[in-house]
Amino acid sequence: MAELIDLVLLGMLAITALRIIFLKDLFAVVMLFGIYSFLSALIFVNLDAVDVAFTEAAVGAGIATVLMLGTLALTGRKEKANSHTALLPLLVVIVTGAALIYGTLDMPPFGDPENPANQHVAPRYIEESPQEVGLPNMVTSVLASYRAFDTLGETAVVFAAAIGVLSLLGLPKQSQATIESGLKSHLVLRVVAKLIIPLILVFALYVQFHGDYGPGGGFQAGVIAAAAIILYALVFGLPLATQVIQPKLLKILASMGVLIYAATGVAGLFFGGNFLDYNVLASDPVAGQHIGIIVIEFGIGVTVFAAILSIFYGFASQAERANIQ
Amino acid sequence: MILETLSTILLISGAFFSLTGAIGLFKFPDFFTRVHAASVTDSIATILIISGLILRTDFDLVAIKLLFILVFLLLTSPTASHALAKSARHGGLLTLAEIRDTQNKDNG
Amino acid sequence: MLVLTATSVAILSVMALALARALKADTVYDRILGVNMVGTKTALFIAVMGFLGGRPDFLDIAIVYALINFIGMIAVLRFFEYTATDGEPGDKEQSS
Repeated sequence: MAELIDLVLLGMLAITALRIIFLKDLFAVVMLFGIYSFLSALIFVNLDAVDVAFTEAAVGAGIATVLMLGTLALTGRKEKANSHTALLPLLVVIVTGAALIYGTLDMPPFGDPENPANQHVAPRYIEESPQEVGLPNMVTSVLASYRAFDTLGETAVVFAAAIGVLSLLGLPKQSQATIESGLKSHLVLRVVAKLIIPLILVFALYVQFHGDYGPGGGFQAGVIAAAAIILYALVFGLPLATQVIQPKLLKILASMGVLIYAATGVAGLFFGGNFLDYNVLASDPVAGQHIGIIVIEFGIGVTVFAAILSIFYGFASQAERANIQ
Repeated sequence: MILETLSTILLISGAFFSLTGAIGLFKFPDFFTRVHAASVTDSIATILIISGLILRTDFDLVAIKLLFILVFLLLTSPTASHALAKSARHGGLLTLAEIRDTQNKDNG
Repeated sequence: MLVLTATSVAILSVMALALARALKADTVYDRILGVNMVGTKTALFIAVMGFLGGRPDFLDIAIVYALINFIGMIAVLRFFEYTATDGEPGDKEQSS
C-alpha cells in the first residue's frame, strides 16, 4: 500500500516537474513549485521522515513561494525567450546523467540493514540515546545534542543568509503608515486573518517546545512564527507590520539567537565540560541534556524567525517601492 | 461498534463529496461555477472526513488536534475561495451569462 | 481499515484531478483554484494516512499544511493585485 502511494506521488511529482520546464509564465511556475514541495513533503511523510516533511512543507511550500513571488514582483512575469541552441546543453546533461547513473551502480541496495550508512553511528544513536539524552524524538537528540556543532553551523548559515540579503536589499525604515497598502478591499479576509494569526503563533510555540516529544523544533517553529507575521504583512500592508515587529528589533533578535546557542556551548566550558557538552549543565546528566536542548532550540527558533522575517521585509519593501514609482 | 459504523458512513460520504467536487472542477462551464463546486464540496468533505476520523480516536489529544484542523480548514478554505472569486471579479472575469449577454448585444 | 484505505485512495484521486486542473488551466484563476484544492486535500490525506499507519503525530504536519496553504494563497492573490496593472488579468494564458 505504502509503495503504491509512493509510486503515485512520484508520478505526480514527475508530471509537475515536466510541466514546470515547459511553462513560460513564471507566475504559474511559482505556484506549481508550491505543489511540487507539497508532493515531495508527502513522500517524506510516507517514508516516515516526519521532521524533514515538516521543514519541507513549511519552508519549501510556504516561505519559498512567498519569496519567489516577491522576486517576481520586482522582475516581471514572463520568461525571456532563449535564443541559444539546445544542442550543447543537451549533450552536457546526457553525459552528466550517464555518469551519475553509472555511479549509482556501485551503491548498496536500497533499504538493506547491512548498508554502511546503517552500520556507522546510527545503531549507537538508536540504542544509547534513550539513556544518554532521554528524549522520545530521536531526531531532536541527534540534531541538538550529538550533532550540536553541525546545527550551530546551520544556524550561523541562516544568520549569514539574512545578512547577505539585507546588505543587498536593505531593511525598510519604520514609517508612519501614510500609504494604505495591503488587501484593502477583502474585508472577509481581513477579519479571518485577525482570527487566524494568534492561532498560528500559538501553534508555533507548541512546535517550538514540543519538538522534544514529537516532530518539530526550533527551525520549524521559527518559520511558522515568521509565516504568521508575513500573513499579517500581506493582508494589512508592510507599514503596519513594521510597526508590530520593528526591523531594528529583527536585527537584534537574529544575532541574539546565534549568541544564545553559542553561549550555551561556552557555559559547558565554564562548568568543566567540552564545548556544547550539556551533561555538566545540571547535576544529573540527563537533566543537563534537557536544559541544553531546550535552550539551544530556543536560540535556533529566534534566529530563524528573525532571519526569515527580515528577508521577507527586504523583498517586500523593494516590491512596494517599485509599485509606488 | 456503532461509532465505527457511523465513522464509516461519514468517511465514505466525505470521500464521495470530495470526488464530486473534483469532477465539478472540470465539468462546470465557467470559473465562478467551478469555484462554487470546489469550495462547497471542500467544506462538506472536510467536515465529514475529520468527524469520521474523530470517531475513531479515544477522544484524547488526537481528537483535539483533529478538531483544530477542522476549525482551521473551515476558517481558511472558504475565505481563500471567497478572496479568489472576488479577485477574479475585480480582475474583470465575466460569468457565462454575462459573456452571452455581451455577445447578444454585439450581434443584435 | 478498508474504509481508511478507500478514503485515502479517493482523496489521492481528487488530488490528481486537482493537479491536472492546475497543470492545464484556461485562466490563471483556475490554476490558483487547482493549487488551493491540492493543498487542502493534502492536509486531509495526511490526517487519514496518520490513522492508516497508526502514527497520529502526523496530525501536526496536517496542521502545517493547512496553514501554509492559506498563506501561499494569500501571497498569490496579493502578488496578483500588484501586477494586475500590466497585461490583461484573467485573459487566456499562452502555454507552450
